[in-house]
Amino acid sequence: MADNRPPSLEDLTTEELLEIMMDDLYDGLAEEIVAEVHDCLRRGMSAYETMTQGLVAGMDIVGQDFGAGILFVPEVLMAAKAMKAGMEVLRPLLTETGAPKLGKAIIGTVKGDIHDIGKNLVGMMWEGAGIEVINLGINTDADAFINALEEQQADILGMSALLTTTMPYMKVVIDELKARGLRDKYIVLVGGAPLNSAFAEEIEADAYCQDASVAVDTAKKYLAMRREEAS
Amino acid sequence: MRTTLQELLASADGLPVIADGGMGTMLFNSGLANGESPELWNVNNPDKVAVIHRGYIEAGAQIVLTNTFGCNRYRLQLHKLEDRAAELNKAAAQIVVREAEAADHPVVVAGDIGPSGGILLPLGELAYENAVDAFEEQARALVEGGVDVLWVETMSDLNEVRAAVEGCRRAAPDFPVVATMTFDTHGHTMMGVSPEKALEGLLEMDLVALGGNCGNGTAEIEGVIRKMRAQNQDVVLVAKSNAGMPRLEGGRAVYDATPANLAQYALNVRELGANIIGACCGSTPEHIRAMNVALRNSVPTA
Repeated sequence: MADNRPPSLEDLTTEELLEIMMDDLYDGLAEEIVAEVHDCLRRGMSAYETMTQGLVAGMDIVGQDFGAGILFVPEVLMAAKAMKAGMEVLRPLLTETGAPKLGKAIIGTVKGDIHDIGKNLVGMMWEGAGIEVINLGINTDADAFINALEEQQADILGMSALLTTTMPYMKVVIDELKARGLRDKYIVLVGGAPLNSAFAEEIEADAYCQDASVAVDTAKKYLAMRREEAS
Repeated sequence: MRTTLQELLASADGLPVIADGGMGTMLFNSGLANGESPELWNVNNPDKVAVIHRGYIEAGAQIVLTNTFGCNRYRLQLHKLEDRAAELNKAAAQIVVREAEAADHPVVVAGDIGPSGGILLPLGELAYENAVDAFEEQARALVEGGVDVLWVETMSDLNEVRAAVEGCRRAAPDFPVVATMTFDTHGHTMMGVSPEKALEGLLEMDLVALGGNCGNGTAEIEGVIRKMRAQNQDVVLVAKSNAGMPRLEGGRAVYDATPANLAQYALNVRELGANIIGACCGSTPEHIRAMNVALRNSVPTA
């Protein structure tokens, strides 16, 4: 029977499905993404493949367009919600199948600051890249950061600040790491609108990440450097 | 001495009105610690706050904003001060009122209302009605404290501006309200609002003045004013640029625009059509003084 309904997911090739997923993620269509994730799994794709090819690929483009000023926070939040919905389906399966983990990161917004969009986005993208992320939330003090790093035996400390009045606190955290002889143990990445590389250098962070995509590339780079050093 | 914003604008006689500069960065210079509540100083350190207002007034500022940028219950929650919103707003207003009364030129007291810090539903978690309530609480206390105008600033979301203005209207129905937004993301606000879209939305809110504040520096604000003025020749436009961008010096954020830089910006932005000109983060009374001198000494070409 001829009709004008869009094809149901089962009728699509996997390539077509993944393309639609990219569009739906970009457009922030959470319900559609969940259905599409289920269909990927139904087809025998692994949770890891579904995540990287179905979700992360789309999120990467969102990240790029956000960096280029084509998308703004509302669109990014919608896309992030769609990704989160997809990840909720995949996460339990990922742990089950022992999907490759690149490393572990602690992220938080510094003490005195409540802004978290950027940080949450980075957290999501890092997760998508295979980094285990523990998100400490907002208003995080040095003790909380360092205790988490140590307890979790993390690789990366990610700090975010949106206010010029709170960004100096990042130095407080780094100085505390130094005081405890822990600075070299961790990769320290910082981000937030008022920050820049000069600031990151000044406070002796490892790098400044201007947006979530850069944060993913930077984290991967530093983790790779670590693996090389260790071998 | 005191005056109203309307009087100031009416008697301006072709000259722009000078607004003040940033408060947060000045408080840091006065010893505010990282993570400490700036608004609590209105009660715990009122003299230090007063000195900053006085500095701006002596530099020529005709509009002075209260130290209440984060003084809504949601931002105050961070410091466990949410129950003291009314008290802190009122105290802040009273400090500026005292300084304005002692000033040797007419000064308008503006009640500063900054963002809630949250994102409105459905994108975020903050219900519109709750936002209105919080802004109403703040506006009411500021009016009780004696402000002449309610000054909504540093906004990114038009709906949040609507909530703030609605809160102001509920607190004081016919009170003058000003609103400015921050266009720091590729020429748009963080939420994707262009200066043109902002103007369109703000014009529906029956404001006394509107415009841009904060952001990435003077070139950005100049662009905002140019675009807004191109769209509307009559509206009263506000420009309050940051003093450049911050870099870290000795553990503190130092801004890279000099008083001379801001003096040039003041002339530029006046040329582009701004009626009320001030500064924001990183500025000091020295910056305002230089801006004032430049504006008063130059002859407008238009």
